[in-house]
Amino acid sequence: MNQVKKFISKNAVPILFAIVCLLGVYYAQMPGQFLLMEIVKRMARNSFLVLSLIIPVVAGMGLNFGIVLGALAGQVALILSTHWEWSGIGGLLLTALLATPMAVLFGILAGMVLNKAKGREMITGMVMGFFANGVYQFIFLFLVGTVIPFENAALRISTSPGLRNTVNLTRIRGALDNIWTVQIGFTKVPIVTFLVIALLAIAIWAFFKTKLGQDFRAVGQDRHIAGVAGIQTDRNRVLAIVFSTVLAAWGQIIFLQNIGTLNTYNSHEQVGTFAIAALLIGGASVTRATIGQALMGTFLFHLLFVVSPSAGQAIFGSAQVGEYFRVFVAYGIIAISLALHAWRSRSLAKARLKEDVSA
Amino acid sequence: MSVPVLEMKKISKSFYGTQVLKDINVTVNEGEIHCLVGENGAGKSTLMNILFGMSVITDTGGYEGEVLINGKPVAFDSPKAAIGAGIGMVHQEFMLLPGFSVTENIKLNREDTKPNLFSRVLGRKLETLDRKKMAADARSALDKLGMSIDEWVPVAGLPVGYLQFVEIAREIDKENLQLLVLDEPTAVLTESEAQQFLAVVQRLASTGISILFITHRLDEVMAVADTITILKDGELVSSGPTKNYTIAQMAELMVGRKIDTKGRIGGEKKEKATKKVLEIRNLRVDMPGERLRGIDLDVYEGEILGIGGLAGHGKIALANGVMGLYASQGQVIYEGVEVPLNNPREALNRGLAFVSEDRRGVGLVLEDSIANNIVLTSMQTQDKFLKPGPLKLKDQKQITAHALQSIERFDIRCTGPDQIVRRLSGGNQQKVCIARAFTQNPKLFFVSEPTRGIDVGAKSRVLELIAELNRMGVTVVITSSELAELRSICDRIAIIYEGKLSGILSPDAPDVEYGLLMAGKSLEEVRSGERATN
Repeated sequence: MNQVKKFISKNAVPILFAIVCLLGVYYAQMPGQFLLMEIVKRMARNSFLVLSLIIPVVAGMGLNFGIVLGALAGQVALILSTHWEWSGIGGLLLTALLATPMAVLFGILAGMVLNKAKGREMITGMVMGFFANGVYQFIFLFLVGTVIPFENAALRISTSPGLRNTVNLTRIRGALDNIWTVQIGFTKVPIVTFLVIALLAIAIWAFFKTKLGQDFRAVGQDRHIAGVAGIQTDRNRVLAIVFSTVLAAWGQIIFLQNIGTLNTYNSHEQVGTFAIAALLIGGASVTRATIGQALMGTFLFHLLFVVSPSAGQAIFGSAQVGEYFRVFVAYGIIAISLALHAWRSRSLAKARLKEDVSA
Repeated sequence: MSVPVLEMKKISKSFYGTQVLKDINVTVNEGEIHCLVGENGAGKSTLMNILFGMSVITDTGGYEGEVLINGKPVAFDSPKAAIGAGIGMVHQEFMLLPGFSVTENIKLNREDTKPNLFSRVLGRKLETLDRKKMAADARSALDKLGMSIDEWVPVAGLPVGYLQFVEIAREIDKENLQLLVLDEPTAVLTESEAQQFLAVVQRLASTGISILFITHRLDEVMAVADTITILKDGELVSSGPTKNYTIAQMAELMVGRKIDTKGRIGGEKKEKATKKVLEIRNLRVDMPGERLRGIDLDVYEGEILGIGGLAGHGKIALANGVMGLYASQGQVIYEGVEVPLNNPREALNRGLAFVSEDRRGVGLVLEDSIANNIVLTSMQTQDKFLKPGPLKLKDQKQITAHALQSIERFDIRCTGPDQIVRRLSGGNQQKVCIARAFTQNPKLFFVSEPTRGIDVGAKSRVLELIAELNRMGVTVVITSSELAELRSICDRIAIIYEGKLSGILSPDAPDVEYGLLMAGKSLEEVRSGERATN
């Protein structure tokens, strides 16, 4: 009995979410085939991005809202690859390769900023994302075509500066997904994409078994103690952010090759919040995140995304309400998880004090 | 005779012109347990900082004198260099990661690794941890200490006593360990844990490791030490084999009266009043590092009561607990009415005033003016300095007038009442704190560490101010680490040991009694010990 209680209180967020999802599935009355297809598609699309969040959490830097920077690096590489007309899987790999040095650079800069804002990493990361977005827009909305000569009919409208609002990624659409698919009913399962995700999961797991991974864990638990033991804490923190940013850049490329069009000025905007919401829904917290939680969270979050318009239609008579509801839930779950975490660590600290005084 | 493991010769150190260590000599031989004892501020930590090449030493101009390891002169410029030379240290606070297992903690940043495919390309940092080897090493270190705990248990949740052993296991797992420095290792242990701990220390020494043991507990010193060095005010007052000392002698040497030319500030010692102003019953205060574990104490009307004791034993927590600043349990009765705990506002409403030991953190709003700091508490709790009406607007005229008056009265050196408090010297900041407490018109006044961090001239002025307040009928409870200061001003002095009241002494009681009370002996033991020696 006690164990059941413990399990429930430990996994309150995923359980709550699973219930909401089940209700959604019940009311949406969607055909199972369709649901499966949507879920598979979305898992393939998003899992990589969500997994990119794990390393900074373990290194004690909280949820990395700064993965937006990584996503931007990925998009810049995609814009260039479209311009140079790279195509197919080779083009995709080349794009990822092109994105990597940019992501490393962004990661180093972000890591350095975060080292100046210890204890406030999450809000700093979020604002850094807004700032980077501003710079990105300045470059691609204004400089391109005016200061930077850039002539390409697929990317630009000749009458005004800046890139097109949407860029068709025809050359690399499905470059990864379509290498090998297996048909289950109506659902095409992109085996290679899932293999890549599995490979990343294994790599993260193995990474935490290495010396560097152990250092990250130590820094994540207590910077001071790790520092006294001779671990270079600041350097490790920067490295953690670099890893996360690079993975996010790759994740964004995988995401966009699945979608097939680049929303030049919006695609990256909600990368951070949605990935973080998914991770939190899986039961992760600011200080603890596992691969299982990331995958579970991605599943639940997108299940809700799929069913909520229809459920809204069925319950409230309006799909718009469902649309509204899923955004509300995404942000709401972040707020609740963060508040729960703060509340839990405070009551833990209180309990510890009580024990001490009565001892 | 073999070469000593450690020799420190004629070590001197000053910080910005203030000499904190003067010609200290310490010699530790192989397999010897050497106890370093002394009051707070005696210079023990500075000496250890020098030994470890800490940046506080190197950044402030280094030190004078010579350190020799195995007869060879060394000058460590970082703790890493000292550790490399075979010196280990167990800190007072635990340096363990709660989420790591015992093994992971023992091997922290010294993990054994084995190469894998990626590490060959990307560098040694990516080598896989050799958990088997790590566990085996941890096991053998734990076995040496006679510890049976599982090496994969997480550290969180282990009893405090075990944590200390894990720390030591980490040190002895370092292959070249020759000298282990233990900084007040038993401060957090229970009596039986401490016993077990001391046995382990002796066992370690018998394997040839030298031990430098820093402690306040004199009975421990007698139990394990081979040799003793006693420091006081940065000077070595006595050193020699343990058999040359008794506990009473050590205590006397530790706290020995400082030359005090100022004489008594508090005026004639007053006759003991009979009316209790404040009754404290079974007060427990959870202040980190300064726990109070159940104390009974009465404060009489019109007296100056001193609270003394060594650092970390809880003397600071008393005033903080009564004033509601830290989580507390128990009963506090002020003039016959119980004061609710954990509620600073209630304490202030009842006319208790407090000058905190944390002047810059709790005591002052550093970025605000002198005038606002002086009236803050009265304005908040007593509705003084406000314009009439429901809006509670500040009455700036009245505030300025009062501030000017206080500046003159308390001799606050400043450019005017609008000066920002941060820019004042420590002594003048302290005067602002006292002026604010005084503005409340308190009947009972708590003041903690009133002279900490202020220069000598201002020190006596601050103490005189407190004595002056007392003469006007305010009862004062003063907490201080400087015994001489308490003795110069108090009518009675309560000594706190390990969160409990050790005893109450008169300011002219002999040094030995103070020393023994601070070392945890009871007053009866103190007196009977004296009779025995007389």
